[in-house]
Amino acid sequence: MSLLAQVQAPEIDYKLLSPVFALVGGCVVVMMVGLLRSPFVRQTLVPALTAVSILIAVGLTIWIWDPGDTNPIIEGALAMDTLTLGLSMLFYVAGLVAILLSLRADATRVAGQGEYYSLLLGSITGMVVLAGAENLITLFIGIELLSIPLYVLCATELFKRESLESGLKYLVIGSVGSATLLYGLALVYGATGSMQFEGIASALGGDEVSATDPLLLTGIALTITGLAFKASVAPFHQWTPDVYQGAPTPITTFMAVATKAAAFAIMLRLFGHALALSQLEWAPALAVLAATTIVIGNVGAIAQRSLKRMLAWSSIAQAGYLLAGVVVGTNLGVQATAFYLAVYLLMNVTAFAVVVARERVSGYGDDLAALENLGQSNPWLAWPMTIAMLSLAGFPATGGFIGKFFLIDASVDGDYTWLGIAIVIGSIISLVYYLRVVAAMWMGRYEIELPSVPPRRVKPVSGWSPEADTRAQPEVAAVAIVFAAATILFGLWPDPLFDVASDVGSALGTLR
Amino acid sequence: MTIHLSIILFLPLATGVIGALLPRGLARWAVLAGTLAVLAYAIVLLFDFDSSARGLQYVTDDEWIPELGIRYQLGIDGLNLFLVVLTAISWVACTLVAAFREQERARLFFFHMALAETAVLGAFLAQDLALFIIFFDLMLVPFYFLIGGWGTGDRVRATTKFVIYTLVGSLLMLGGAIALGVLATPDGGELSFSLAVLEERSVPEGSQQWIVLLFALAFFVKAPLFPLHGWVPETYRSTSIPVLALLSAVLSKVGVYGFLRIVLPVMPEGSQHWQELFIIVAVFSILYGSILAFSQDNIRLVVAYSSIAQLGFIVLGIFALEDKGAQGAVFQMLNHGLVVVPLFLIIGVIATRAGGNQSVEQLGGMAFRAPVLAALFLITTFATLAMPGSANFIGELLVLFGAFEDKLVYGLVASIGVVLASVYMIRLFQRTMHNRVGPRARSSEIDGLHLAAIAPLVAVIVALGVYPSFVVERTERSTVDKIQAARALSTQAEVSVIR
Repeated sequence: MSLLAQVQAPEIDYKLLSPVFALVGGCVVVMMVGLLRSPFVRQTLVPALTAVSILIAVGLTIWIWDPGDTNPIIEGALAMDTLTLGLSMLFYVAGLVAILLSLRADATRVAGQGEYYSLLLGSITGMVVLAGAENLITLFIGIELLSIPLYVLCATELFKRESLESGLKYLVIGSVGSATLLYGLALVYGATGSMQFEGIASALGGDEVSATDPLLLTGIALTITGLAFKASVAPFHQWTPDVYQGAPTPITTFMAVATKAAAFAIMLRLFGHALALSQLEWAPALAVLAATTIVIGNVGAIAQRSLKRMLAWSSIAQAGYLLAGVVVGTNLGVQATAFYLAVYLLMNVTAFAVVVARERVSGYGDDLAALENLGQSNPWLAWPMTIAMLSLAGFPATGGFIGKFFLIDASVDGDYTWLGIAIVIGSIISLVYYLRVVAAMWMGRYEIELPSVPPRRVKPVSGWSPEADTRAQPEVAAVAIVFAAATILFGLWPDPLFDVASDVGSALGTLR
Repeated sequence: MTIHLSIILFLPLATGVIGALLPRGLARWAVLAGTLAVLAYAIVLLFDFDSSARGLQYVTDDEWIPELGIRYQLGIDGLNLFLVVLTAISWVACTLVAAFREQERARLFFFHMALAETAVLGAFLAQDLALFIIFFDLMLVPFYFLIGGWGTGDRVRATTKFVIYTLVGSLLMLGGAIALGVLATPDGGELSFSLAVLEERSVPEGSQQWIVLLFALAFFVKAPLFPLHGWVPETYRSTSIPVLALLSAVLSKVGVYGFLRIVLPVMPEGSQHWQELFIIVAVFSILYGSILAFSQDNIRLVVAYSSIAQLGFIVLGIFALEDKGAQGAVFQMLNHGLVVVPLFLIIGVIATRAGGNQSVEQLGGMAFRAPVLAALFLITTFATLAMPGSANFIGELLVLFGAFEDKLVYGLVASIGVVLASVYMIRLFQRTMHNRVGPRARSSEIDGLHLAAIAPLVAVIVALGVYPSFVVERTERSTVDKIQAARALSTQAEVSVIR
């Protein structure tokens, strides 16, 4: 009998796995088609195929959406439950946005259209795998599949030093994070004797390992560290501003939104499922990290003149808010995190889209000066940016307000009232820099004592003249307007998001 | 279940949006028409209001965000009836003055004015704690733009300071409110922020104490009260007159109104615990505001600091926890709003006459050729300093009666404020209207526009002085109900002290 026959092939549920197939298939097709030389293929067909591949994944996700079905597939390696599917919707939306914002970006032209878009699809695949990881191996594969394409994408503006620096920095720091994570996972496996989340949970529930086992605790600590790198949680956040600033802005948008969502998806699953029973051990540590992150992120953002750096620091602060939902380890916490991730996507995409639009035409890059008097010169960009800033600051009638309300509600409900107050204090500090952006747009020249940036010559982009660029970037403005409208809509009528969030929460049915 | 309050609430915003879509010149008239319609509606409500009934009237109660226990609940009782009327009347006067002035980016200006009216009305009408906070914070958005976009001088700094000061308070209040809602929910019960529900549920006294402090912080900043008034000087200097009149007359009332609507009925133990502290803050505000009002050179700041003193009186009346004091406080909220709007509009007129000069030292002699202006100013001055015969006199008297009943010492100190008020107000009047004609002042009669805006307000002031019971009998019942629980506790505490 040959050796091969002894290996039992796992049973694969192709229906549930279909969104992943759509993405991987798209990845290959886009790469191949991108090799053709015709400009039509490169500038139109390749992005279109990428979008089609994501849209097919969206369709398949809706098709297999089944709240309550929490059985993992492929021998328990991957769970395509509502937590995975719900949050993968965020990855898909972020991916589609990245495509739209990349259409006329320098990066795609320089780096080759096929490679760029195919890497993007690869990264999205990694996120879906990561969000659905039900064992430690899948977790690691997911996180690497997500990260490696991003290292490359960050460096796609080949002729800009900052972009290369950003890619390299991300690579080095990301690898350190991955190594730490791997070490942590190994220790967790060593302590519990299981790769499966289910197995880890039952080991903690039984007598095999005590919740205070030093090996387990070290493992958890290193795992937290590794994931904190990905989610840019302080004090592992230092790479964020540099990488966000240097990377091409469409990629920054994608990273800020989707990577964060993926990192939080796996945190929810890992802490809410595998390690749920040792909550008393890890929750205080995470809570301290959350509070630190809120303070550091918000204080760091105050001194920023560059919009991308400011949004990077603000995304660090938001990671702190989101962590509160993980800390409490309740079903309400999971729902609040999922809800906030969705509105976080809306408001950040809006803000970044406006940055993309201004960066291309204003001659000030991503400096705050690029927004000066935008209220008069281009209200169609100024209003979305205003809404995004007010929503990030948590003003009522925006999605951000409801999201924060929900997170504070979950914190107080989970006996972490002080963390709720920390969120409030963070929001107070954040007013300084969010309102500064609004003031720059509507209230004329605004002086802050920071070095000014010399005007930048606007380069023609992929067959479009600079003049054409200044006149219209309909797809970028459309993204900004649509997402701003959604931010307001979900601030006034959040029911649909609540429904999805409660489905997402139902995937981790074991929580209270 | 009626729709009336929803119409009142969203009518201004609707006209603001319509105005933003109309050609440039028409926006102002759309918004002005909206404020007039709201005023008409409010007056109809005022006469339709059943003063003998208990509880809320014209209630609107719908589900909004069930997952978070937030309901769309509106209602009117004696407590907010006159505040709604005050809002409506102030907005008409200020929009009228603004509409005839050339505004840059007029559509945007009037859109923000309209949004501001909706937000303020929402805060007064809301009967759900979360809804109240939503409108309370929403109010800041239009005012942030109105001060920063159409102010003068160091406006961006001023507006940033104003918004951050106010939001520090109100975000902490938001945290407190969510904690209140969650802690009040019994095991297995539904989360709810409805005030009626919260009044029935109870929160442990320890939690009440810190939650009350967070609420008080928000309300004291908004009012403003000493020592949380740091945003006042810059904001009052930089804001344009019509916006400033609204800020001072109406926004300041939202905070003190919050005490009566939310803090006292929902958290009586917590309120009673801090009673002494809040009274001290109030008395300090009265003295500090009065003294500073006397020493200011800028005419806007005289009124600004006098407002701090007046709001001190209102808070003193509320936290005396006596029926008379609370009634006086509610009456004073209306009276103060009614005198501040004409005062600021008159200051605007005076400043134009003096070529934008607002220094008391350099004005004077305006009454010479402007008898009507002087007369209007005199009436509002007398009302502000609570001359016997004015409604303010009755209001302050009720407040002081309330304080005398068991906080005699504080009452006596506070009455110094009454004396000081006559000093700084008469100084203001004399220095601007009488004396030698100032170096840059020009005496000429008030124009028709300002007359149309100011005269009706002055007429209302006079009418209330003649017939104050019109207000008192409508507000009495609701006010007494609201302080009932805290009052009972306070009396208990006294009895035990005597024993």
